[in-house]
Amino acid sequence: MEKRDARPAREIVVPGDLLDNGGSRPGYGTYVLDGKIYASRLGVKNLFSGTVSIIPLRGRYMPAPGDMVLGMIVDIGPSNWLVDINAPYPAPLHVNEVPWKVEFGDTSRFLKIGEMIMAKILMVDESMKIQVTMNDSGLRKLEGGQIAEISHSKVSRVIGKSGSMIQMIKNMTDCRIFVGQNGRIWVDGDTDSVTVAVGAIKMIEKEAQTSNLTERVKEFIGSKIKPEEE
Amino acid sequence: MSGQSDLELVNKKGIRLDGRKAGELRNIKIEAGVLENADGSAYVEIGKNKVRAAVYGPRECHPRHLQDPTKAIIQCKYNMMAFSVSDRKRPGPDRRSVEISKIIAEALESVVLTELYPRASIDVYIEILQANAGTRCAGLTAASVALADAGIPMRDIIPSIAVGKADGKVLLDLNKEEDNFGQADVPLAIIPKTNEIVLLQMDGNMTREEFDNAIEMGVSACHEIYELQKDALKRRYAAAMKDGVSDE
Repeated sequence: MEKRDARPAREIVVPGDLLDNGGSRPGYGTYVLDGKIYASRLGVKNLFSGTVSIIPLRGRYMPAPGDMVLGMIVDIGPSNWLVDINAPYPAPLHVNEVPWKVEFGDTSRFLKIGEMIMAKILMVDESMKIQVTMNDSGLRKLEGGQIAEISHSKVSRVIGKSGSMIQMIKNMTDCRIFVGQNGRIWVDGDTDSVTVAVGAIKMIEKEAQTSNLTERVKEFIGSKIKPEEE
Repeated sequence: MSGQSDLELVNKKGIRLDGRKAGELRNIKIEAGVLENADGSAYVEIGKNKVRAAVYGPRECHPRHLQDPTKAIIQCKYNMMAFSVSDRKRPGPDRRSVEISKIIAEALESVVLTELYPRASIDVYIEILQANAGTRCAGLTAASVALADAGIPMRDIIPSIAVGKADGKVLLDLNKEEDNFGQADVPLAIIPKTNEIVLLQMDGNMTREEFDNAIEMGVSACHEIYELQKDALKRRYAAAMKDGVSDE
């Protein structure tokens, strides 16, 4: 889900806006009618190597295979758990897809309702049946910490170019942070720095469309952290 | 529609009770993103009509038997507040609001790319805060802005307006008096890009010529409203971008 900031001219488009008379390829968030490309959703127009697409400003998270997400256990079956991953569809997690050996009917000993997990989207089929897995490096049950929720379209901004933004927040606040593609962010550390980190994340969400954000976030964290060290 | 009165709805100069000409709209104000907790929302004023719309979803479709494995369904609730009319409106769904909910949902279904969200449901709630004739059009206008604001993929935004006939003349955007004592009321909604009609009802009588004339008037008014809808959405997000910079 790498998104590129392309041009300085960032034009907001709404559904039905004409994007291109021909010559470009239609990308995400567009549709073609009579050979012309139109926007199908609210967002920012993006032209990248001959493809016009829309970077959405709003909207629900849609799972894509390979996405790392944070999910909450909402239901338990004898051989699976039901995970809420903030998508329009429920995501079952089968016992074969967890790193533990689970006996049939023994599922509730490992994960209980309300617990948070890190998971990877294994597959999504055309009828939007989802499967998630915890069998991958680094995936686990989350204990302690806090969950911050932001709009999933702002996730790439929180991470920053090749992780620069999130790295900075981690270094400055000394928190452990994991960003799920579904807009849920897990932050763990001592209480005060978690508050600062969450504040910084909320600030990024609010001001996602502005330039020079990394600098201002740095200032923000700096101004909150310093008084405690003195 | 059938009401009779001595009221002169259109005077000899062709000016209506509220000072408008036959083909003139009431003042329209549209705002997008007015509610914090809904996925998308909009507020519309058309003259004295005040309408708020909220959109949730796409989300898991709740009465499970309504799910469609090939596409999302649109569930719409049109509701008039008890204080929206001069006689208290008895709260709760009635025959009229069920009908309006259905036609609005069907009009919206024609533009939303529902096939992207199989088995899901997109819920639209329309609340009429104040009514003065033409609330279904105001409701649909608000609902389509709210859908776009919710980031839901759709082909186009739907504008809607009523045309009608009062004192023997074809009029655009009837107000309460013209609706009550006039001869016809024709709510209309189109897809502006293709001029497809997605909502059309008629209450009362008109000749064929009057009807054709009315439709023409309504379609061109719809294009005007469409510009206001787009402007409302762009204004909302352009403001968000600027805000961030000035926050510094």
